[in-house]
Amino acid sequence: MSGIFLKKINKSFGNTLVLNNVDLEIYEGEFLTLVGPSGCGKSTLLRILAGLESSDSGEVFIGGADMTKVKPADRNLAMVFQSYALYPHLTVSENMLTPLKLRHLSTLERFPLIGPFISREKRNELTERVRKTAKILKLESFLKRKPGQLSGGQRQRAALGRAMVRNPVGFLMDEPLSNLDAALRVHMRSELSELHKALGSTFVYVTHDQAEALTMSNRLAVMMDGNILQLGKPREIYENPSDIRVAEFIGSPKINIFSCNVIKSNQVEICGFKIQGNFQHFMDKKISIGIRPEHLSLTNDRNCIKGIIKHRENLGSDFFMHVESPNIEKRIILRVSPEEALNLQVDAKVNFNFSQKYALFFNSAGKRVEVFDPNNITNKKIA
Amino acid sequence: MNFSIGQTIKHAILILGALIVIAPFYTMVSYSFKSQREIETGADTGFFGSQEVIIDEFCVHRGQPEREEVKDTLELYPEKTERDVYNILLDEVKKNCTKKPVFFNYQSAFTFAPLLRYLLNGVIVTVSIFLIQVIVALPAAYALAKLRFWGRDFAFSLVLFCLLIPVHAIALPLYIMLAKVGLTNTYAALIIPWTISVFGIFLMRQFFMTVPDDLIDAGRMDGMSEFSIIWKVMLPTAIPALLAFAIFSVVAHWNDYFWPRVVITGERNLFTPPIGMREYRADSDGTFYGPIMAVSTVIVTPLIVAFMLAQKRFIEGITLSGMK
Repeated sequence: MSGIFLKKINKSFGNTLVLNNVDLEIYEGEFLTLVGPSGCGKSTLLRILAGLESSDSGEVFIGGADMTKVKPADRNLAMVFQSYALYPHLTVSENMLTPLKLRHLSTLERFPLIGPFISREKRNELTERVRKTAKILKLESFLKRKPGQLSGGQRQRAALGRAMVRNPVGFLMDEPLSNLDAALRVHMRSELSELHKALGSTFVYVTHDQAEALTMSNRLAVMMDGNILQLGKPREIYENPSDIRVAEFIGSPKINIFSCNVIKSNQVEICGFKIQGNFQHFMDKKISIGIRPEHLSLTNDRNCIKGIIKHRENLGSDFFMHVESPNIEKRIILRVSPEEALNLQVDAKVNFNFSQKYALFFNSAGKRVEVFDPNNITNKKIA
Repeated sequence: MNFSIGQTIKHAILILGALIVIAPFYTMVSYSFKSQREIETGADTGFFGSQEVIIDEFCVHRGQPEREEVKDTLELYPEKTERDVYNILLDEVKKNCTKKPVFFNYQSAFTFAPLLRYLLNGVIVTVSIFLIQVIVALPAAYALAKLRFWGRDFAFSLVLFCLLIPVHAIALPLYIMLAKVGLTNTYAALIIPWTISVFGIFLMRQFFMTVPDDLIDAGRMDGMSEFSIIWKVMLPTAIPALLAFAIFSVVAHWNDYFWPRVVITGERNLFTPPIGMREYRADSDGTFYGPIMAVSTVIVTPLIVAFMLAQKRFIEGITLSGMK
C-alpha cells in the first residue's frame, strides 16, 4: 500500500488547539481536498504531512512507512505554495532544476566550477527531464525567464513544474489558485484536474474555496476548529451534510436554515406549516431545518410561506432572491430561473414552497438527524 | 513641470543642504590643484587655480649639483668660475623641477609616503571585515528572523542592546585583550574587533522578516539544508540589503581613524589611509596643504565611485522595500 495515513494528529500553538486528534486516510492516486474556513487547521495539517511542521502527537505514514520524524526532503512529497515560492534570482529552468540537483547530484558534483565539469552527463539528463516537464505544462518558451518576468498563471505553472519534475509520490497544494484572478482560477481548476488524471499521483489540496473543493476533488474533508467534520465525495457532502456547519460552509449561496419547534412526537411546525416525521427524541427541543436555495420553489398557492423580495442577485444563468419573511429572523435565499425573475422586482410579494425530501434536519447540537422513514420518502410539498 | 510654493521651498532647503555638504569637498579638490602660495594668500584663482608653474623645492634639494659634478663640468669650460658653473647646473635642475602645482601635489601625495601601501592596507582591512561580518551576520539574522527556538526573543533583545554600546567605551578593554595575546600591530588587530556587527545582524534580520516563509519551506521541500537555504536562497534575495550594509561597513572602516590609531603603534607598513595621512602633516617647514588635499582626494575617491555605482540598489536596500 502506498497511500498516506495520518493518525491521531494533535497540534497546538501556545494555548490554541489547532488540530484535535485528526485521523485521515488518503488513498493512492486520489485528489483529496481539505476545505474549511481560515484558521480551521487545514494548512497546519498539510504542513505536518509535508514535515514542515511537527505535530505534538500522532503519526504520519506515507507509503506504509512511518515518516513522522523524517525530514521534509526525504518524504518525497512535492509542495506548491500559495505564493508560488519560486526562487526569485533563478530562471524557471534553474528553479525546476534545483530539487533535481539536490536529489541526484552529490555534494562534490554540486560544487561550483568543478561540479558541472565532472557531472556533465548527469546534468544533461536532468536538463532533459526539466525540458519534458516544461513541455507538458507548456512552459518551454519561459524557461529562460526569471519569476519576476512571468504573469501569475505562468508562475503558477512554473511552481507546478518544480513540483512535478522529480516524480514525487504525492503533491501537496496549499491554496495554489488563490492569488490568481477569477477567470484564470476557473481555468486552472480544470487544468489541475486534468493534470491529476494524467499523472495519476496523489494530490492533497488545501483551499477555503468550497467551489474549488467541489469541482476538483475525488473526496473532500471539511474541517472546522481542528476537526474533520465530514469526509466524503463532493456530491455526498453537498446532498448529505452530517453537520449544520458543513451544510452552511459547502454550497453558495448558503443553505437556508429555519429553526422550528417540535410540537408532537411526529410533527414539527415551520411558519405555521406542519411536517410529519419521527421526532420522538426531540420533544421540547429546538430543531433546525436546512434547505438549499435551489430546492425552494415559487408557487402561486397563497397558502405557502410568504415573503417580500428585498434584494435580487443576477448571475446570468440564475437569479438569487433574498426574501424577508415574517416569523423568520434570517433572510431566505431562493434560486429562480431568469424567466421567473423577469416579473419579480424588489418589494414584490412571493409565495414559496419546498418538497419534504430536500429538508435536512439538524438537532440542537448541529448534528444531522433522520426523521423520515428511509423507505417512504415522499416528494410531498409542505403546504 | 509645475512648481508649487511648497515644492520650491523644499527644494531650496535641499539645495542649501547639499551646498553645505559639498563645500568641504569642493575646497579639498580645489586645493589639491593649487600651489602653496595660492592657498596661503587665498587669491581668487577659480576652482582649478592659475596652474602657474612652481619650482618643486624638494626636487631641487634632491638634485643639487655635487662638488664632483661641478669640478667635472669646470674642466669643459675653463673660462668660467666654479660659482658660475654651479649656478648653471642648479638652473638646469630647477628647470627640470619646474611643474604645474597639480602635478606637484599629486606626485608628492604618492612619493612623500607609501600611499599605495596605505590604500592596499585599507582594502585588505575593509574587505576582510565586511566578508567576515556577512559570514557571521547572515546565519544569525536568519535564525533570529525565521527559526523558532527557545530564547530567540531574548537573543534578539541582546542584539538591540549591543547596538547601544559606543565603540569608544569598550576600546580600552579590547586593546588590552589584543595586547595580551600579542596581536597589536597586526592586521588581525584591525579586523577582529569588527567581525561581529550587531548592526549587520539587525539590518539583515529586519530584511529577512520580509522574505516569505513559503520560500524557505520550498527550499526545505527541495532538499536544502538550513545552511544552503541561507547561502542559496536568502543571500541572493538579500543583495540590496547587503549592499546597503556594505556601504555602511566599508565607509566606517575605511574612514576609521580611532581604532587603527590605537592598535597600530609603530608598524608603518600597516597604516590605513586615514592614519597614513598623519605622515603628511605639518613639520617645521609648515603644512603642505596642496599635497595633503591631494591625498585626501585620493582616499575618498574609491568610496564615492563605489557609491555612485551601487547608488540605485543601495537606496533600495535602505528603504527595505522587500520583495514581491
